[in-house]
Amino acid sequence: MSNPAPKPSRALPRITEMNRYFWCGGANGKLHILRCEACGTWIHPYAARCPQCRSDKVAPQPVSGRGVIVGYTVNVQPWIPDVAVPYVVAIVQLEEQGDLRLITNMPRTPIDQVRVGLPVKVFFEPNGDIHLPLFETA
Amino acid sequence: MITYGEKNTAITGIGQSEIFRKPQILPFELAVRACELAIADAGLRPEDIDGLACWPNVPRGTVSGSGAAAISDIANSLDLKLNWWSGAENAAQLSPIMEAIAAISAGYATHVLCWRSLGERWAPSYGSAAAEAGQALASATSWLEFLLPYQAPSASIWTALHASAHMERYGITREQMSAIPLVQRRNAGLNPKAIYREPITIDEYMSSRMITTPFCLLDCDIPCDGATAVIVSRLDAARDLKQTPVRIEAVGAGSYDRMDTWVSRHDFPRMAMHDAAKMMWSRTDLRPSDVDTAHLYDGFSWLAMSWLEALGLCGEGESGAFIEGGERISLTGELPINTNGGQLSEGRMHGFGHLHEAVLQLRGQAGARQVAGVKVSAVGNGGGSLGGAVLLRQDD
Repeated sequence: MSNPAPKPSRALPRITEMNRYFWCGGANGKLHILRCEACGTWIHPYAARCPQCRSDKVAPQPVSGRGVIVGYTVNVQPWIPDVAVPYVVAIVQLEEQGDLRLITNMPRTPIDQVRVGLPVKVFFEPNGDIHLPLFETA
Repeated sequence: MITYGEKNTAITGIGQSEIFRKPQILPFELAVRACELAIADAGLRPEDIDGLACWPNVPRGTVSGSGAAAISDIANSLDLKLNWWSGAENAAQLSPIMEAIAAISAGYATHVLCWRSLGERWAPSYGSAAAEAGQALASATSWLEFLLPYQAPSASIWTALHASAHMERYGITREQMSAIPLVQRRNAGLNPKAIYREPITIDEYMSSRMITTPFCLLDCDIPCDGATAVIVSRLDAARDLKQTPVRIEAVGAGSYDRMDTWVSRHDFPRMAMHDAAKMMWSRTDLRPSDVDTAHLYDGFSWLAMSWLEALGLCGEGESGAFIEGGERISLTGELPINTNGGQLSEGRMHGFGHLHEAVLQLRGQAGARQVAGVKVSAVGNGGGSLGGAVLLRQDD
C-alpha cells in the first residue's frame, strides 16, 4: 500500500489550459508570462488579446524572474489553520514591465528585511505538477 | 443631448434594522424589517413597490458576506407585485441604486426597493475565509487563483498591499491614519445604533493588536447582523410622499483598467473607486468643493483615505495630512466624514449604512450628530476591483 500523498502546504489552483504555463511552467526553473508576439507587451493574468495592440498572437514566454517589491503586508492574523504566522504577502513588480505584478510570499527572507523597493528573484516550490512561484532577496 | 437617468430619480424612503455584533434576531427577520421600515418611512404601502434590487443576490449564507435575504425572500415576505427585479452581479454595494435608476428610466418601475442585509451567523465575513479558500480554488477562474495559494484569503491583506504602497510613496503614517477610527468612534457615541460607542485614544490605537500591517484591529470594520433598505422613486412620484425627497445628482461605477485583478492597474495602488469617482463627476456640474458631508467605505481605515483622494476631496497622496489630528473630518470640521461612526464603529452594514446616513444628514434627521446646513453629500462604496459612487443633494 502506498503512503497517502502529503498534505499540500497551501491551497493550490486548479490547472486549466489557460493557466498551466504560469503554475507549471517553473518546472524548468523559469517563470512564464503571456506575451504579445506582435508588440512585445507582457500580459497577466491571461487575456485573449493584447491590451496594447489588440493582436491575438499571445503566447507564454519565460521572463527573467527578477523584480522589486512594490507593496507588502506582514500578516499576523491566523486565517488558515496550520499556517504559521506571521508571514509576508508581497507584490512583486517584474523588471520586464511596469504593470506586471504578482502576489507572492517570501518564506526565505527574514521579515524585517522585507521593504518596498527590495530587489527580488523568483524560486519555485514544487507541489506535484505545480511549481508555485515564490520570491527571495536578489 | 444625453439625459442622465438619475436626474429623474430621488430617494424617498430609508429603513434600518437593529444592528447586532452577536446573533440575537434572525437575520432574515432583520432584512424584512428594514424593508418594511423604508416603505413606511416613504409613506408608501407594499403594493406600491413595483421594483426590487439587491447586491449580492446569492442564496443566504452560502458565501462570505452574502445577504440574509434574497430577492425572492423579500418579494414573498412582503407579498410584492413586481414589474422588475435585479440581483445583478455588477459594481458592488451601490449597484442596486444604479439598477433602480435604469429600471425607472426604462419605465419598468416607479418605486424600487433596494436593500443590503448581513447575516453574520450564516456567512462570517472573516472567520470562514480559510474554509472558503479551498472551495473557491476548486473552481477558480478569477483573480482569487493568484491570491489564495499565497495564504491571502482576506480582503484585509489585499487592501493592505495597496495601503503599504500608497503610505510608503507619500510618507503617510499610522498615526495619521488613526484619525479615521478615532473620529468615527466619537461620531458613533452619538449614534444609539452603533455597536461600539466608547471613545478610543491614540494610545489604544497604537497598542491594538496587529491584523496585517499596517492594519490593526481598530482599522478593520465590525462584522454584524443587520439590514438597511432604501427606496428609489421616479421624481414625479416622489414629491407628494411623506418625506422631502433626496435627489440623486450623479452616480458612477466605472471600471477602466484590468477588472478584477486588484494589483494590475496601470495606476496601482489606485483602485476601481477612482474610475467610479471619475464617472460620477462627469455627470454633474457640482464639484468636490460643493460636498458638505462624505460617507466613505471603511472596511479598513485606509479605504476611506483612498476614497477622499479618489473623489478629489483632497489631493493625490494628501489624505494623510488632510485627516491628521481628525479636526477637519470631525462633525464640526470642514468636511465631516462617516458621521454615523461608519463600519468601523456602527457595524459592517456594507455600504448601505453610509447611504442611509447620507440621506439622514440631507434631511436634517441625524439627531445629535446632525451637521449644520448639509446640501450635498457624497457616498463612496467599495474597494479593490469594485467601486461605486453616488452624489446626493437636497431637492430644489
